Parts: sequence; structure tokens; C-alpha cells
Amino acid sequence: MTFNEQQDEIIEEFSIFEDWMDKYNYLIELSKDLPEIDPKYKTQEYLIEGCQSKVWLFADMDGDAIKFYADSDAIITKGIAALLVRVLSGQKPLEILNNELYFLDKIGLQQNLSPTRSNGLLAMVKQMKLYAMAYNAKMNK
Amino acid sequence: MSLDIQKIRNDFPILNQQIYKKPLVYFDNGATTQKPQVVIDEEVKIYSKENSNIHRGVHYLSEQLTQRYEDARKVVQKFINAEHDHEVVFTSGTTESINTIAYSFGEKYISEGDEIIISTLEHHANIVPWQMLCQRKNAKLKVIPINEKGELILDEYEKLLSPKTKIVAVNQVSNALGTVNDVKRIIDLAHQNNIPVLVDGAQSVQHEKVDVQELDCDFFVFSGHKLYGPNGTGILYGKEKFLNEMPPYMTGGEMIKKVTFEETTFNELPFKFEAGTPNYVSAIGLATAIEYIENLGLENIAAYEKELLEYGTEKLGSIEGLRIIGTADNKVSVISFNLENIHHYDAGMVIDKMGIAVRTGHHCAEPLMDRFNIEGTIRASFSFYNTKEEIDKLYDAILTVKQMFS
Repeated sequence: MTFNEQQDEIIEEFSIFEDWMDKYNYLIELSKDLPEIDPKYKTQEYLIEGCQSKVWLFADMDGDAIKFYADSDAIITKGIAALLVRVLSGQKPLEILNNELYFLDKIGLQQNLSPTRSNGLLAMVKQMKLYAMAYNAKMNK
Repeated sequence: MSLDIQKIRNDFPILNQQIYKKPLVYFDNGATTQKPQVVIDEEVKIYSKENSNIHRGVHYLSEQLTQRYEDARKVVQKFINAEHDHEVVFTSGTTESINTIAYSFGEKYISEGDEIIISTLEHHANIVPWQMLCQRKNAKLKVIPINEKGELILDEYEKLLSPKTKIVAVNQVSNALGTVNDVKRIIDLAHQNNIPVLVDGAQSVQHEKVDVQELDCDFFVFSGHKLYGPNGTGILYGKEKFLNEMPPYMTGGEMIKKVTFEETTFNELPFKFEAGTPNYVSAIGLATAIEYIENLGLENIAAYEKELLEYGTEKLGSIEGLRIIGTADNKVSVISFNLENIHHYDAGMVIDKMGIAVRTGHHCAEPLMDRFNIEGTIRASFSFYNTKEEIDKLYDAILTVKQMFS
């Protein structure tokens, strides 16, 4: 699936929820499905510290696509991290750099990326793009 | 006299609204309090009819507003029972007040090897300015420890006092836990050694009557916005002797007597510490807020808030897996808690969606969180406009949180 197909699929999934509790319950479910991050990456080096919750992020290359692995100490943050991984992981670096992330806004979770929320998610998105830039530069060498 | 809470709630327009289609329950009063209509009206009236820069003009509006600004200072003076009105300096808030003292006091009195005492309960605003001062002067920061209940251990404090100690800076009430500290005792012990004391009253003045002469504190600071007043106002009270001896923190207009390119002489108190155009509109609004709560009566407020605290502590304390952090014998209406195996951020996100405003995180008191070996808490801080029914709603919301994350 392309970057935007993934985003549109998530928007479709969230469209059935009528209230916030349903959305949060779904995020809790998603957090459970997020593949475990290897404990060796759950260290200070891969920690993105927010004021409210912590996020760990690790990336590597699988062929010409980037694979992302993430975890969080807060479940809702982890659920949103799972959505970000679903959209960005498995994409080529250029796809990540050239496409707009719009699904969080469309499903009403954009506030979770506000700079004042400091739950680590905004920094996680930045970090994912930095990984994409780094791998893209490496591939073009 | 007991308070008519429903009538009081009507004085606060913001309370009468729905959040996520549910009536707003505002339990984030420790962060900022809401404003009564009289305060909002006062600011609108000034901007609509009275605005003019103060202390400078000879024209009618300027003279009128200068008088009102100085009258506001007298209202604050009376509120904390300062001996002189020139001991009351308007600032932008507690943070600026503490930074001013840490800088100015430090310039005058602190040198290498000196010690400054703070406590484990402090907000970052009463830690970092002293830390910076210690770095500049090569001085040392000493910290009063606390017990498991979140109370200062005064025996340990006594041991910290030494001839090297130059100032003690502690809060009267902990923002994160609600602990009321025995500042009278802290001041007495310091004064026996001729050491001045700064009391951070940011979380105390809205809950109980403060008398700076009775306490005999040397500095007392607080914020207007946590006292039902406008944002961007704060107070720095200091004993005349210290304020006269200390150099100014910021320099500019208003605070000078004479400037040549060679030399400047500073204005007298309190203007020496009020550089630039002060926030006179909000200062007058703060006086209006003080008059509003004095009209309700701080004793009545304290009695009702105590009722809320007791009700809330019992009600929330009955929830399995809920741990209250900060169980001091003497507390204001603040309940800080955690839920077993549930991240405070997750809990806060869900409680928010029930229309309830609580604060989650470390409450700008990271060393205190470290002391309890936690990342943060969920904090509900009650005001006199809150009700037991609202606490019941929080109780229900916590049960929902537990169900969702179990």
C-alpha cells in the first residue's frame, strides 16, 4: 500500500467512531498490536523524551524501504505511534519525505502533535523524517 | 457564614459551558484560577475609558490611572499586611519575583562558598534561579528533605542551617502535593541565625490569610492569575531594608531618578524594581480580584475548600489501586494521585474527554517526582467554586479510566 493509501485506510477505519471513548478504545487495541520493540533499542539512545510520556523509536532499512519500530510508556501515545508506524514503515525514504501527513488531522488526533502537548509524538514524527533523510542521502551516494 | 456556591459560580462566566458536550468541571485551579466577571469588567472598563500610561503624564487620564495603580498597591499591601506600600512591587508573576530576588539579593549578599537552602517540594521557579545564582557565585544549594507523606523534615532543616547560609527560599504550599509547610517555624529558626527567608506564596494566598508581618518573612511572592486575578501580574514583597540595599534587576524607564551617559541614579522604592511600563491594567484588575475574594472571606473559602478536600480524599481514596501522593496532615485542596499500572497521561486524556480539566505530569517539580520515584501524577486542585457533585464526576471518570486500561 502507498503512503496515502495507508492514511486513507486509517481515516476510513476511524470514520465509524462516534465519540472519543470509541477512538481511545481503538487506540488501546492498536497499542497491543504494535510489534514489540527489541529491548536493546529501548534505551536512552532511542528515547524521545516528552514532558508527559516517553517514546522510543528505532529504524533500519529493509531493501529500499525503511522499517520503523516504536514503543511508549503511555498506551494512547503508543496507539498513535502504531498508526504512524503503519503509515511510514515499509515506505521508501522519498515517499516519506515527499508526502504530507494528513491522517491525524482527519481523525481528530492532530492535537496530539501540538508542540505544547509534549507527549513525544511530534518529536517522533520529526525523528522519522530525519531517518528518511539520512537513508535517502545514503542511498544516493 | 457559609458560601452560596451556586451564586458564586454565576460570577464566573467560564464555568457555565459544555466541553465535549459535558458540563465543564474545572479542577486545574493550581495551574490558574478562573476570573470573576468583576475582574473581566474592570479590565474592559480601563481599556475602554481610562487607559493612559502612568507616572509620566501630567494630563487627566494619566493622573487618574496613576492614582488607581497606586491604590491597587495599597490593596495588596493590606491583603498581605505589609508595613509599607513601597515594600510591594508589581511584577509579571511569581517566576519574575523570584528571579528578581535571586539576582538582586545574590549580587549584594552572596559570595563564593555561601549556601542557599531550598526544599524538595519546590517548583522549578524556586529552584533554577538559585541554581543559576550558585553557578555565578560558586555558592552551594542545600535541600530540605521530605518524609513519605510529603512533609518537610524540619529536624534536617535545622541541621542545614549554618554560618554559611545566606538565604532560605521555600514555598508555603507545595504546588504538586498541596502540603502546607510550617513556614513560621522555618522563618523563626532562620532568624535565630540572622538568615533571611523568602516565602513562595503562589499556592497559598488563594487558600488562606497571609500576614507577612506576623510571619516576619523577609520576602513574599505570589501570582495574580492563581488568585482569580488577571494574567501577567505578580507581587514581590520585600522588607524595606533589603529592597533598599539590593541593586535593581532590570533597568530602563520609570525606575531611574537621573541618567547621564556617565552615571545613573535609581528611583526610590518600589519604582526601583519596576522597570519599564508596568502592567497597570492587570495590577488594578488584581486589586479587584483581591477585593472579590476578601468579600467572600478567606476564612469561609478555607473552610469550604477543606470540606471539598476531605470529601475528595475519602471518595477518590476509596478507589482500588488509587494512590494519593502527598498525605500531609496539613494540606490545601489539592489531590495528587496515580492509578496502579495506568500512565497518568492516558488517564488525563480520558478524564479530559469527560469534560473534566485536571493536570497531569511532573507539575514543574521534577526533583519532587524523583523523590517519590514517579514520572508524574494526576492532580485535581479544587477552588471555592467547585462542588462535591463535580468530585463525584471525577470519581466516575476514574472508574471509566480503570475499566478502559485494565
